[in-house]
Amino acid sequence: MSLIKIDGVDFSYQTDSSERPALQNINLQIEAGDFAVIIGGNGSGKSTLAKLLNVLLVPTNGDIIVDGLNTKNPDNTWKVRQKVGMVFQNPDNQLVASIVEDDVAFGPENLGIPSDQIRQRVDNSLEMVGMAGFQKFAPHKLSGGQKQRVAIAGVIAMEPDCIVLDEPTAMLDPQGRKEVMETIEYLNKEKGITIVHITHFMEEAVAADKVIVMNQGEIIQQGKPRSIFRLVDKLKEVNLDIPVAVEVAEYLRKNDIAVDDILTIDELVNSIC
Amino acid sequence: MLIEVDNVTHIYNDENNVTALKDINLDIDKGEFIGIVGHTGSGKSTLVQLFNGLIIPSSGTVKVNSKNISSEKRNLKETRRHVGLVFQYPEHQLFEESVYKDIAFGPKNLGLDEAEIENRVKEVMELVGLGYSEFKDRSPFNLSGGQQRRVAIAGVLALKPEVLVLDEPSAGLDPQGRKRLADLLKYLYEKLDMTIILISHRMEEIAELASRVIVMHQGKIVLDGSPKEVFANEKKLHKLALDLPQITEILHRLKEKGLNLETEIFSISKASDEIIKALRSH
Repeated sequence: MSLIKIDGVDFSYQTDSSERPALQNINLQIEAGDFAVIIGGNGSGKSTLAKLLNVLLVPTNGDIIVDGLNTKNPDNTWKVRQKVGMVFQNPDNQLVASIVEDDVAFGPENLGIPSDQIRQRVDNSLEMVGMAGFQKFAPHKLSGGQKQRVAIAGVIAMEPDCIVLDEPTAMLDPQGRKEVMETIEYLNKEKGITIVHITHFMEEAVAADKVIVMNQGEIIQQGKPRSIFRLVDKLKEVNLDIPVAVEVAEYLRKNDIAVDDILTIDELVNSIC
Repeated sequence: MLIEVDNVTHIYNDENNVTALKDINLDIDKGEFIGIVGHTGSGKSTLVQLFNGLIIPSSGTVKVNSKNISSEKRNLKETRRHVGLVFQYPEHQLFEESVYKDIAFGPKNLGLDEAEIENRVKEVMELVGLGYSEFKDRSPFNLSGGQQRRVAIAGVLALKPEVLVLDEPSAGLDPQGRKRLADLLKYLYEKLDMTIILISHRMEEIAELASRVIVMHQGKIVLDGSPKEVFANEKKLHKLALDLPQITEILHRLKEKGLNLETEIFSISKASDEIIKALRSH
């Protein structure tokens, strides 16, 4: 059984006067242990989909089943949220406490975890995101990348099966983006946490097991990164960034130069030289 | 000289006493398009806040159009008419109930009459690609993120500054939003002869747009020259852990592998043509 099963989901915002629903006919399965990356431009519906996974929204039509629990059943809301943690875009809007350890403890405290175990969970979580030793720091003194990692630690402390990250790197500088991506990949590969990473940076999809491309409320493509990145023209059409190396490779192929399916600058250079 | 920075050092007067700028000397001419790059904390944002008098340096002087703006007696209203500053995430500062009122806020404070204000709002909305009749009465809060940012930029343009300073204006925009912004900046620079100062982490953007690139590191200017000159310093940039534009990185790496090619090309299609030429003669 898939950890998350999205079955024929439509979603319309009630206040939205536009004709087009935010999501239409979404079918998607996320397996336990997956590193799934959802890419799409502004307005593609990717953030709406994230909110549905965490029961901040429920489908207008269709079902989302998380580990056997239908998100439409109000009795399941908190159980699902414990299984699926969420990290948002703006690092400044997610940290609520005046020191890091209180912030990370906020979730487990609300779950009613005994205090000796909370201590353990806070320390472990900070360790896992590379922020051990920052327990007593004030969040506003941290860099953007550090704040996002504390936000991720706060989610991990609730021991979810899956973390959904909605453009967690969009407001970070290159260094912060790198830190957050390394953290996410570590949690997935070493700790087995299922990751659903939403982004409009294509290069962040390079290490994914599964890439899902969204446009105008629909899934228009899903597959392994290499097969997705071959669709250069289609991805450009739906307003996505293509890694420069991939774009150069495609240009060379159009000029009858054989280039392997490459994703990175290293692979490009090795393929043509 | 439009902007002259002489021996400026700036230390933030808080509990950490961070030295944000050390001995900065910099002249900016009318009509330049300057790109400023550097890590978070390198002093970029502090530097540009000197240009419109938001920060008075701890020592040294800053002159705009030969007027000293680094003393307590500076005329801020006058300075800010010359130098418009677009902050990071400027859409967070939108506050009025309509797009029109938000953009008109600055011109109103300049004491302009209603007809002139309306002309300016119309003009800048067209410039940033927001149709006047379609958007003027809409709430800025019901627009998309990209549209909100354009409203915020329009609000600064409505002051008709000589110099437009933008701090990470493309952060968080998708490719279409970034292209629209790049086209706007090109237009302001090429057609309206505005002086532009752009802070960005995107080396691609800097290489494409700027006529002069300034690299900052730990409060100092470490490189200053044309994009070709600055991005030729591959080793130095790597040492500072700054990226080259990706296309430049590819060209350098291929050259190291023995391909005979020109590395100072920033357009992807032209660079790809250069690679094809080199491969065919290889």
